[in-house]
Amino acid sequence: MLNQIGNYSLYIALLSSILIIIQSPILLNRNNINVSGRIFSLISIQSLMIIISFIALIIAFIISDFSNETVYNNSHTSKPLFYKISGTWGNHEGSLLLWLLVLSIFLLIFTITSKSLSNKYRILTLFFQEIIILGFLLFILFTSNPFMSLFPIPNEGTGLNPLLQDPALAIHPPILYLGYVGTSIIFSSSLAALISGSVNKTWAKHIKNWVLVSWIFLSIGILLGSIWAYYELGWGGFWFWDPVENVSLMPWFCLTALFHTILILEKREMFHSWAVILSITTFSLSMSGTFLVRSGILNSIHTFANDPSRGVFILCFLFILITLSIFIYFFHQNKIKNNIARTYIVSKETAILVNNLFMMFFLSVVLIGTVYPIFLEVINNDKISVGPPFYHKLIVPFMIPFLIFMAIGPNFNWIKDKIDKINLQQLLFFILSIIVSFIFLKRVGISYLFSLPLFIASLFLFFITIKDFSVKKTNLSQKISHFGFSLFILSVLVNGVLAKEYSSNMKVGDERKFLNKTIKFESLKINENKNYQSLEANFKISDKNNSINLKPEIRVYDQPQTITSEADIESTLYSDNFLVLNILKNDGFYNVRYQIKPFMIWIWISIILISFGGILSIVKRNG
Amino acid sequence: MVKNIKLIAVVSLVIVSFFILLKGLNKTNNYSPDLNSSKIDFNFKAKFLYSNEETTLYELINDKDFSIINIWASWCLPCRDEHSFLLNLKSLDKLNIIGINYKDNEINAKKFIKELGNPYSKIVVDPSGVNSIELGAYGVPETLLVHNKTKTILKKYIGPLDDEKLAELKMIIKNEN
Repeated sequence: MLNQIGNYSLYIALLSSILIIIQSPILLNRNNINVSGRIFSLISIQSLMIIISFIALIIAFIISDFSNETVYNNSHTSKPLFYKISGTWGNHEGSLLLWLLVLSIFLLIFTITSKSLSNKYRILTLFFQEIIILGFLLFILFTSNPFMSLFPIPNEGTGLNPLLQDPALAIHPPILYLGYVGTSIIFSSSLAALISGSVNKTWAKHIKNWVLVSWIFLSIGILLGSIWAYYELGWGGFWFWDPVENVSLMPWFCLTALFHTILILEKREMFHSWAVILSITTFSLSMSGTFLVRSGILNSIHTFANDPSRGVFILCFLFILITLSIFIYFFHQNKIKNNIARTYIVSKETAILVNNLFMMFFLSVVLIGTVYPIFLEVINNDKISVGPPFYHKLIVPFMIPFLIFMAIGPNFNWIKDKIDKINLQQLLFFILSIIVSFIFLKRVGISYLFSLPLFIASLFLFFITIKDFSVKKTNLSQKISHFGFSLFILSVLVNGVLAKEYSSNMKVGDERKFLNKTIKFESLKINENKNYQSLEANFKISDKNNSINLKPEIRVYDQPQTITSEADIESTLYSDNFLVLNILKNDGFYNVRYQIKPFMIWIWISIILISFGGILSIVKRNG
Repeated sequence: MVKNIKLIAVVSLVIVSFFILLKGLNKTNNYSPDLNSSKIDFNFKAKFLYSNEETTLYELINDKDFSIINIWASWCLPCRDEHSFLLNLKSLDKLNIIGINYKDNEINAKKFIKELGNPYSKIVVDPSGVNSIELGAYGVPETLLVHNKTKTILKKYIGPLDDEKLAELKMIIKNEN
């Protein structure tokens, strides 16, 4: 029953998509007609149908309807309700349906909120957006339909990958998708604006909201993903330069650059073409991300299905979109007014341009690191793996000038400013940063790649962003985001320099010394839970003054049979104590890894601050 | 004209990436070990873990009918997992187990053996990892089954041994007489 409802509503959505695509070119030639008529009702029907099919899938998961193949493959009656629901998008088919849902709802919101803009621009945006929706609908219906029926109906499902049973991960994909899909609106509207010749202030003002929304969701999505990696995977870090992580970082760099460019476009009517190129690139990167992650071309936990026909479909779709946008760009490029506004070297425009250059550099590094191994393997049959050292060596040195520019840049005026802005106050802060960094590094006794200049630059940015809160000229949201960023860099650096790790094989009763602490393996007990058994260990970590108890677990899930290690983490404002346990072969010994990670919590807080700046900016613009 | 050249350049770049990714899709993601034995050179020099003498792997795989070459390291957790399986294999008469200690510290390696038992008849060290890579190793642990007379590799396992692989190994040894 649910399967039929889901299937039919998807087919109705497909039909409305085709109708809209056919009708829009006709409507385009009749200038007096308003979009709100038939197309609006078609879009509403489409969204409604997609919402119905999504709800049908959620219900199928909640009531464990194993006549549905997706439910059978990814759920189990013994799973807690929360994970039954999150299981809806914790698999290939369901996650695509979620993509589609967000696509159609965003389009509906776009149609409602863009009434003040020109008809031609709106219809064209709808047209491009519907092409994307059509592509996804075809993809879902013909290669990964979530409503496939099973007969005879199995009694029990096969379960959800226990690694995915985590609260952060349950909301991580939806949030990330909101970001990705937001970029599709930016893509469609930039193409529409290009064709209708309206790449201007008004467009910039309108699209800025969408850029901000996607950027916020993308930032929070990345944050949740890395929180999940830290707490659940138990690798003891927050970023591994894993291709799948990189794939979400690339659109982020691009969006950040786009946001700053849009600011110039709005204020000064400059960089029209660049804004359009960035819009197209951002979306292409988001789509390529989905392709790389889902097709199985990269090996990762996120790869749900290893079905080549699906990969070929997304790949063709992606390249049709990219080629289409390239042709549109080249043939409508001349519609962009190129009024060369007079600008001086020392100005806010230059500062933003510098930001863009750095963003593009970071983007290229990550892009090459992610894609080059794939290309090389295909061409040459060579297997190489690109790891953290590559990224660190290429990004770290360029971080230094980037941070300094970020400190100075925002305080410049538009058009022209005087170079003596770099005044005594800033110089004092700079000297202060040098002294503090020098003393700090001397005490810690660690020198690694560019550590001293890197610390100086990030401390400098930190001081300046704090100082900027007292200046009234710039806006608060920018200050919060920039301050958040400086805090982020600083916490990452301190975390990297001061982190300590100890690893040993221990059995119950063992005691080890590490630095000035004693690690004692006190006890081990077995707990029975709803869908897993756990071995809960109790460790006592004590130094002269106080002691804490850490209780890492090893969980044995029954459906499907999987063993996971749950790290126990004690977070304080200063540092995290991280302890994780691994099973060795049956002789009573366990591998114990204990880490002290200073300022870990500040990494999360700073990313929240960065995103909060964005949220504040939206609220201020529209409220 | 310049515009056209730009367009052609961008589009051809896109098309090239398309075909490369398309081809990449059809490749499997899993490493498939190349069993072409003619490529493998057993004739490299290596030092023993417990003495300073030098030998070649070629000399080591002369004893008995079959040899197992196991590449391991004390820092490698899966190697601990598979150790009990190697100890199990030690009981086979026709088999000679040779360990290659990969990129390891001598003290840790000896501690590892002392703690978990020694399944190997000989252990050679490979501090730089080059010899193991020449043997075609992708990582640790890795296990090769070699037919001593013909010096061919009969089977290669990437990753730790388990019950299934152990049973398979025993089958091959039994059948290959």
